Amino acid sequence: MSSYVFVESRDPFESRDARFIVETATALKQRGNSVAVFLVQNGVLAARRNALNSHLPALAQAGITLLADDFSLCERGIQESELLPGIQQASIDSLVDALAQEKTKVIWH
Amino acid sequence: MAEKTLTIALMDPPYESANTTTAMRIIAAALKKQIHVNVFAYEGAVCLPISDQSPHANPVKGTTVEEEDHPTTQKFVSALLEMGKEDPRLTWVNCGLCVDERGANNVVEGVKRGSPADFLKMAQESTNTLVIPTK
Repeated sequence: MSSYVFVESRDPFESRDARFIVETATALKQRGNSVAVFLVQNGVLAARRNALNSHLPALAQAGITLLADDFSLCERGIQESELLPGIQQASIDSLVDALAQEKTKVIWH
Repeated sequence: MAEKTLTIALMDPPYESANTTTAMRIIAAALKKQIHVNVFAYEGAVCLPISDQSPHANPVKGTTVEEEDHPTTQKFVSALLEMGKEDPRLTWVNCGLCVDERGANNVVEGVKRGSPADFLKMAQESTNTLVIPTK
């Protein structure tokens, strides 16, 4: 089993590239890998409970760990209570901890 | 003594993308965790440490340079290099060809000149490598 961390920086309402995360992360999870998605910058906009047609619930349903950068949330005025179920607020330290793990593949998107 | 090393490749020029802010946050957080960090600045990212950058006043708000306290990326890079001057160590390498293309030779103290071969070596010797591309 390998570990993968996707860093999603893109606003899914601006770019349909966000489908890349859904398809790739889900496929890796289905193959028995450990997969997490760290939302950062405009990537956190999809984490709002009020975001219609967000792609993130599908990831949570697939058992993928979803983390939202606290700094990016704060910059955009998004409170933790506004987050979709299954998404946890996290600091940049969480991402650094993942990066510091050997054999963890980190993909920036 | 730090035992782990991260290598980060940057490509965005200054004042262009939030990627730069996030990258600097990652570098600072890693150094605080006693992790060595290598940065390979490629393409427009070689302009991040240009020492000729200067802060400016804000004519919209009518504030002076001092009041505005405008942050420049060269100051951020200098601060990170200060954090990583010993152990843990921050090594910042600017791609030489990218520097020449942009005339970005005046950089803050501590920034080195190198090539993609340095990036390969840094990646091979690191615990992990993060590439932050332009969109």
